[in-house]
Amino acid sequence: METAIAAPQTKTAPPELEVINLTKRFGTFTALDQVSIKVTPGSFHALLGENGAGKSTLVKCIMGFYTPTSGEVLIDQQTRTIASPKDAHHFGLGMVYQHFTSVPAMTVAENLVLSRYDSPQWINWKAEYERLDAFMATSPFQIDLRTPISQLAAGQKQKLEILKQLYLNSRVLILDEPTSVLTPDEADEVLGLLREEVTAGHLSVLMISHKFREVMAFTDEVTVLRKGQLAGHGYVRDLTVDDMAHMMLGEKQEATPVEKVTIADPKPVLELRNLCADRDNGLPAVRSASLTIRSGEIVGIAGVSGNGQRELVEVLAGQRPRHSGEILVNGEPYQSTRKEMARHQVYTLPEEPLRNACVPHMSVAENMALRTFDCPPQAKRGLLSLINIRRMAEGLVKVFSVKTPSVDTPVGNLSGGNVQRTVLARELSSTNINLLIAANPCFGLDFSAVDYIHSQILAARNRGVAVLLVSEDLDELLKLSDRITVISDGELVYESPTAAADIKTLGHKMAGH
Amino acid sequence: MATEALGLWGVPLAIIAGTLRGSVPFLFVSLGECLTEKSGKINLGLEGTLLMGAMSAYAISYLTGSPWLGVITAGVAGMFLGLIHGWLSQQPRVNDVAVGIAMIIFGSGLAFFLGKPFIQPSAPQLPTLSLAGWTQIPQLESALSISPLFILGVAIAPLMQWFFRSSRWGLLIRAVGDSPDAARAMGISIFKVRMASIVAGSFLAGIGGASLSLFYPGSWSERISSGQGLMAVALVIFARWNPIQCLYASLLFGGAQAIGPAMQSVGIDAYYYLFNASPYILTLLIMVITCSPKRTLTGAPGSLGQAQE
Repeated sequence: METAIAAPQTKTAPPELEVINLTKRFGTFTALDQVSIKVTPGSFHALLGENGAGKSTLVKCIMGFYTPTSGEVLIDQQTRTIASPKDAHHFGLGMVYQHFTSVPAMTVAENLVLSRYDSPQWINWKAEYERLDAFMATSPFQIDLRTPISQLAAGQKQKLEILKQLYLNSRVLILDEPTSVLTPDEADEVLGLLREEVTAGHLSVLMISHKFREVMAFTDEVTVLRKGQLAGHGYVRDLTVDDMAHMMLGEKQEATPVEKVTIADPKPVLELRNLCADRDNGLPAVRSASLTIRSGEIVGIAGVSGNGQRELVEVLAGQRPRHSGEILVNGEPYQSTRKEMARHQVYTLPEEPLRNACVPHMSVAENMALRTFDCPPQAKRGLLSLINIRRMAEGLVKVFSVKTPSVDTPVGNLSGGNVQRTVLARELSSTNINLLIAANPCFGLDFSAVDYIHSQILAARNRGVAVLLVSEDLDELLKLSDRITVISDGELVYESPTAAADIKTLGHKMAGH
Repeated sequence: MATEALGLWGVPLAIIAGTLRGSVPFLFVSLGECLTEKSGKINLGLEGTLLMGAMSAYAISYLTGSPWLGVITAGVAGMFLGLIHGWLSQQPRVNDVAVGIAMIIFGSGLAFFLGKPFIQPSAPQLPTLSLAGWTQIPQLESALSISPLFILGVAIAPLMQWFFRSSRWGLLIRAVGDSPDAARAMGISIFKVRMASIVAGSFLAGIGGASLSLFYPGSWSERISSGQGLMAVALVIFARWNPIQCLYASLLFGGAQAIGPAMQSVGIDAYYYLFNASPYILTLLIMVITCSPKRTLTGAPGSLGQAQE
């Protein structure tokens, strides 16, 4: 049993990982077409690409989740068949997923021991703790072993995921967008420590990313995928951000420029006064939030996910009861009832639109009519006019360019971007919108969809709509909002006009300093 | 009645005695359900499993003359029902509760059908152990005779607690129940872990049924379980998915069940049916007190009762 323990002290050199002409087809769809990539020992390699470019498919083929249709994976110049993550582990490959894979109800120690493929049937906790303490002493990050995962902050969870791979003695780490839930400071800390391990020759890292800042600062080499094909490769020192963006997007796509119009005579539309709300487990999520949003301005709320943004939006959308405090819309108390939403013209673009804003099994037309089906012309004398519902939907599908086979297709069958467009069509088609609440409206969408949604939100603002924009993407907030507020542990801790906002200060405030 | 000579002291004595007897099925079913729910599945069908266990234990004890063989058979009959539930409830988009209700009807129907010939005859009962060797009072002696199954159940509770904390399988079951995605990323077969948990849980519930027909009340009839299997599911929530607390909760429910008969034994017949309903009232009260629409329960396995995609 002693010999079976992962030995953290022996830092063997990482193997060389090479993929040659890998192709993966799902039915008739080619996700990867003849892609080759080489991760030399002791290098920090970035894998860039838009959503759907095939980055995840590539690493999943390497890790043995998918069987490649053709092509080879070589470890130290030997062709290897990797049929499962267990095989990949055997060759020293370990993957850190975008979503956390630790079990929330268990402690750090329990998760680490469980993650081992060779953990014993009966666990002697005293001996395990001794070994884990010894491992922690040599590791780049420190986490308390006895803390349950559910009590860790996102940054610590991400560190634990990486620690887990080091504990398993993985020498080639594959990271899938490891910093998507971290503050800029946390991201720099985690990547910086990994960079040190790479420089010392203990590790190779292959990191999926779309953040050019991190790629420029921490990586040596970059491979770019576009639509399942290899779009470029090179050393970071020879490349500029523009070069990489060009490889990623193909023909140069220019983002629609941001043009803001100043609205005359702005009046307060949404006022929060000491709003408090609880999490599902009854603990406070939003602590005494006070905020005013005027017509014709976008107020951004920045924060690391899990700091109360979700609960705040749910309260405003009527999905969660408030604990205490007041919400005023146009100066009147607001309880988020359907009647009040219609009277004050309040619209919402919640995160995860398929879950929070759609009925997946109902058709696109029915989903587009959810706000208005009981008013004329869609309802006449208490009966629905299916013809008018369809006609309106067909119009919206054209205007908002929703790609759907027909308006009768269940909305759950559409792609993420088109679900978001469907919701956008419903929420933004009204002519006199007063207040728009948007939460991570562009999460997981590709460049053109993001650009489209941004221009729609800006257009609404320029018409005089008050917009509350909650986002985990600082760049999005800096681009769109007029004022930025930072939420940390349920409190609105900082506010600044966007023009005067400094990314470093925002990062510190997001981390709760 | 045994308690008459003891006067009013007979009431607490009868309640204690009733607790020791009546808590056995609660204990086994709740430990079985606790194991099942830790893996993320709900098995309401344990009510049917309990009846099937009671019937098969009684039948085998009668036919072979060996009550212990009956106990084993009850467990195996439970495993058979568990296999069906485990397979059905893990089909895509199938709801645990719906399958569970179907399994209650199937299990009890099968038990009634196969058990018809065994309602009349009397089968050999399990031996009892006396806790009252120190006393000469016969009433005490008869009140404090307990079933070896009770001792077995009391021993299983801390063992299960230890199993969840310090064995690889225990950690696997908790991982599958709390975060199937995490478990899948570790290369664990969710189906197999849940199937094993459901089958093992059903084995325990079957033994709980054996204690009904071979110890207390000690006969086979169609009304023998009177919803104890379903109450045990509520009890697991009350016990916060903790085996040791399942033990305490089972004693509480067993005690509540003994109030009615204990009062009757000292001649208080008023509100007899109300006292008999006390376990049900207790179940309702626990649900009202512990459940809130505003928050989730602490300790609940993260994926409990969610259908597979």
